[in-house]
Amino acid sequence: MKSSAPITNSTITDRPGLDPGASVGLALAHDSAARHVQGSAAYVDDLPEPAGTLHVAPGSAGAARGPIRSMDLDAVRASPGVAAVLTAADIPGENDCSPAFGDDPILAAGEILFHGQVVFAVVAATRDAARRAARRARIEVAARPPRVTVDDGLADGAEVMPPYEFRRGAPEAAIAAAPHRLDGRVRIGGQEHFYLEGQAALAVPGEDDEMRVHSSTQHPSEVQHLVARMLGAPDAAVVCECRRMGGGFGGKESQAAQWACLAALAARVTGRPAKVRLDRDDDMAMTGKRHDFRVDWRCGFDGGGVLTGVDADLDARCGCSADLSPGVNDRAMFHADNAYYYPAARIRSRRVRTDTVSNTAFRGFGGPQGMLVAERMMDAAAITLGLDPLRVRKRNLYGPGRDVTPYGMRVGEHVVPRLVRELERTSGYAARRRAIARFNARGGTLRRGIALTPVKFGISFTLRELNQAGALVHVFTDGSVQVNHGGTEMGQGLHVKVAQVVAEEFGIGVDQVRITATRTDKVPNAPPTAASSGSDLNGMAAHRAARTIRRRLAALAARLFQVREAEVGFAGGRVRVGAETISFGELARLAFTERVSLSSTGYYATPKVSWDRDTASGRPFLYFAGGAACSEVAVDTETGEMRVERVDVLHDAGRSLNPAIDMGQIEGGFVQGMGWLTTEELVFDETGRLLTHAPSTYKIPTCSDVPADFRVALFEPGRNREPTIHRSKAVGEPPLMLALSVFSAITHALASLSPGRVPPLDAPATPEAILRAADAMRAEA
Amino acid sequence: MSEQRTIRLTVNGASFEREVEPRRLLADFLREDLGLTGTHIGCEHGVCGACTIILDGDSARSCLTLAVQADGAQVQTVEGLGTVDALHPLQRAFREHHALQCGFCTPGMLMAALDLLRKHPSPTEREIREGLSGNLCRCTGYEHIVRAVRTAAAAGETVGAETETASAAPPREAGAGAQSRGSARE
Ligand code: FES
Ligand code: FES
Repeated sequence: MKSSAPITNSTITDRPGLDPGASVGLALAHDSAARHVQGSAAYVDDLPEPAGTLHVAPGSAGAARGPIRSMDLDAVRASPGVAAVLTAADIPGENDCSPAFGDDPILAAGEILFHGQVVFAVVAATRDAARRAARRARIEVAARPPRVTVDDGLADGAEVMPPYEFRRGAPEAAIAAAPHRLDGRVRIGGQEHFYLEGQAALAVPGEDDEMRVHSSTQHPSEVQHLVARMLGAPDAAVVCECRRMGGGFGGKESQAAQWACLAALAARVTGRPAKVRLDRDDDMAMTGKRHDFRVDWRCGFDGGGVLTGVDADLDARCGCSADLSPGVNDRAMFHADNAYYYPAARIRSRRVRTDTVSNTAFRGFGGPQGMLVAERMMDAAAITLGLDPLRVRKRNLYGPGRDVTPYGMRVGEHVVPRLVRELERTSGYAARRRAIARFNARGGTLRRGIALTPVKFGISFTLRELNQAGALVHVFTDGSVQVNHGGTEMGQGLHVKVAQVVAEEFGIGVDQVRITATRTDKVPNAPPTAASSGSDLNGMAAHRAARTIRRRLAALAARLFQVREAEVGFAGGRVRVGAETISFGELARLAFTERVSLSSTGYYATPKVSWDRDTASGRPFLYFAGGAACSEVAVDTETGEMRVERVDVLHDAGRSLNPAIDMGQIEGGFVQGMGWLTTEELVFDETGRLLTHAPSTYKIPTCSDVPADFRVALFEPGRNREPTIHRSKAVGEPPLMLALSVFSAITHALASLSPGRVPPLDAPATPEAILRAADAMRAEA
Repeated sequence: MSEQRTIRLTVNGASFEREVEPRRLLADFLREDLGLTGTHIGCEHGVCGACTIILDGDSARSCLTLAVQADGAQVQTVEGLGTVDALHPLQRAFREHHALQCGFCTPGMLMAALDLLRKHPSPTEREIREGLSGNLCRCTGYEHIVRAVRTAAAAGETVGAETETASAAPPREAGAGAQSRGSARE
C-alpha cells in the first residue's frame, strides 16, 4: 500500500493521491462557513417572522410526580399581551410527541410525570410577555415522593421496558473456574447536550388544515408526523423544514418534536404563525439527557489478564417514559465489549423508570457507557495483576479466531489492533509510561497517569427500518445542480460531504452544487440524522440519484455524437464525448431540448443488516468504525484537580470524504467525551428537580480546559471493506469514546497511590470524585 | 406596559434612533429591532458568550446589557466585521482553518477574538485560550478556533490597524474577493 504523510490536525490536506478535478476527498470548508463567519447563516430564530407572529412559552407546575389537583390559569390569561393559553384540552388530535410508545404527553394530562414537565403553554405577542405570564399559574399537585435515581427505580421495580439480555456460553461457570476473578460497581453520569442553539420551532398555518413547521430537528419526518397526529390532520397536510441546527448531538432527535407541536398547536388555535424558542433553563430542565448508569460487573481472567468470562448488569435511568431508551440501552449492551473478545458473556440491561425527565439520544447512544465498563475491566485486571493495562488490552482485542461478539456478530476486519500498535509507537507510550512510573514512585500528592484505549463502534441503526434514505437531485439547464436529501445539518458537515459526492458524479466543482434545506415535501419518510449514519445513508442515496441522471446524459451524448457510452466521461466541469468535449451545462441544455429528464430521486437501503431483537440473532451492524487514543493526565490527589497534558489520536475514517470535516468530528467528539467523563455533572434534588439547570452550574469544557497538546491523525490506509459511499466510514459518534483514555489515565494516576488496588472512581471524574477515590485509596494503602 | 425610552446609538458605523422599553435587552434590540440576527442567543445568562459584541471598544454580553445602556454608544456586531467581498482576517482565518461546525458560537467567538487581538496584537497560546475561555463551543473542541486566532494574529497589522475604524468596513484586500468566490474550496 502506498504510504504518504498522514493527515493530521496540524496539517489538514486533501486526501493524497486524488485525481485532478476530484471532489470527494477534498478538505473543503463547511458549506456554510462563509455565512457563519458573517453571521448570515439563519437558524430557526433568525428567520424573518411572518406578520402577526405570536410567541409561545411553556409553563410547568414546579412539582414532581403526582396528579394535578387544580389548575388556575386566570392570572395567566389576564396577563398583558396574552393571546391564548393552551392546555391538553386544546389539542385536536393526539396528545403525544413520543417517537414510538405513546407515552410522552405534549401537555400534561391530569398528572405530572416529572419536575419541569410542560403543563400549559402561553401564546403572547412577545416572548417576554409569554414568559412573564407563564409564571402566574397556580397549579396544585398531590405530590408523591418521586423515584429519582436508578436505585429508587429499582427498589420500586419500575421499568419503562422489560429487561433484555445477551448470553453466549456459560459465563458464570467460566468466571467461577477462572484463575482470577474480580467484580465491581461503577456509576456513570449522564450528560446535558448543551447544543448552543436551544430548541426552537416556528409554525405557519396554511390553507385548511395545512401547517408548515420550521424546526431545529434531527428528524423532520418524525416532527411532520407528530404534528399531523397532534392536529388530527393527515401527514400530507404538514411540511417540516430544517435548514440547519446550532448543534444537535442527539438532543434534537426525538425531543425537538414537543416544541414543534406546541408551536403548531398555538398556530392552529390562534390562526397565526407561532414561534417557540426555549429559554436555556427550561431547555435544560425540560429535555432529556444522556442516560446515567449503574453497572455491576464480574469477570474472570487468566494470569496474563485475558478474559475468560464477563457478566454485567447495566441499569440505566430512563426517566418517565420510553423515548429512545430501548435503542440506547440495546446499544449500551452491543458495546459492553468495546473492542474485546469475551469468550463467554452475559450482558443484561434494565431500563429503569424514574420520575425525572425522559433521557434520550446523545452522541454514542448508550455505546459510551457500555464501553466504559469494558475499559474498567481492563484497568482492573491489569492493576490487580501488576501489568501494563495496554498489554492487557492488546491481549484481549478481537482478532482472527477470537472474533464473535456477545450478540453473535462476527467482527470481520481487524483494524483496531493496527491502530493500537501504530499509536503506541507514534505516541511514545512505552517511554512515557516508564517516565510516569518513575515520577509516581517519588511519592507526593501530584500523580501522573497515561492510558491508551481503543474504540470499536457498530455502524447502522439497530432498528432495521431506519437504515434507508432518499435523495432528490435536479440538474438545471445552466449546469447548476440542486441536492436535497433526508439528512439534516447540525454542524457535522453532512451537506458538504453529500455535495462532494454529487459533484464527483457529474465531474463538476462543488461550487456548482447547491444544497437546500431538508424538507419533508422534497424527501419524505426519512430516518433521523443519527447513529453516525448521515453520510453513509444520504451520500449513497444522492449518489444514486446523480448516477441515474448521469446515465441518461451519457446515453444522450452517445446517441447525439454517435459514440459508445463508454466513451463519455465527466470531469473538470466538462463532458468528454469521444474526441470532443462540451461543458456540463451545454449537455444539460441538450438534454432539455431532447426531452430527457434532468431530475431524479435516489434511494438506498443498507444491505446485510438483519438484527432480530426477539431472537437476539443476526447482524445489527454493516461494519465497525474504530480509533485509538492515548491520553496523559496530571492529578493533584489532595485537591482532586486534574489536567489533561497531552492527547494523541489515530482514527479510521475509512477513505475520508472530507478530511477537514472528519478531523473536526474527531476533535469535537473527543472534547465532548472528555467533558462527559470529567467536568459535566448533572445534579437532581430529591424531588427530581435538576439543580444544574444553567451553564453557570453545569461545566462544559472551555478553551482553557482542553488539552493544549492535542495530536490527531487520520489512519492513512483506512478503507471500508463494505461498499459504503466511496469506501468512507462514519465518524460522527465514535470519536466521543476516545475520551475513555482520559478516564483510564486518571485511574492509572490514582492506582499509584496503592499499587494493586483498583481505584473506585466513578464518572464523571470531577475533582470531588477524584478526591473521593484518592481518599479511599489512601485509606487502604 | 412600561413607558418607552428613546436611544441613539451607532451600530456598525450607522446611526440609529429607536424607542425601546427600558428592560429590553441589547441582544433582542439588535436581533429584532435592527434585524442583525448574527448576534446569537445561547443562554441569556452571560455564560456562553454567543451574544458577544463590542460596546465602546470592549467586548460585552448583549444578553446582559440593556438596550438603554447602549444609548450613545458605539456598537459593533459580527455583521460589521467584514463585507462579503472583503472578509475580516479573523473571518477568513475561521473559515480557512475549520474553526466552526454548527456556527452558532462563531459570531460571539469572532467578537471575543477581535477584542483579544486589539488588546494583545500578538497573544501567546495561553492568552488566546484565556481570552476565549468565556465563549463556549460545543462542536469543535476549540483546537481549530485557537489555530485560526493564532493565524489571524500572525497576519498582523490588519487586525490592529483596523482598530481605529472599528465600525467602518475594513479596507478591501487584494484577493479577498477572489477568495470568497473561490467556492470550490467551500
Ligand atoms: S447568550 Fe449571552 S452569554 Fe450566552
Ligand atoms: S461550532 Fe457549534 S458551538 Fe461552536
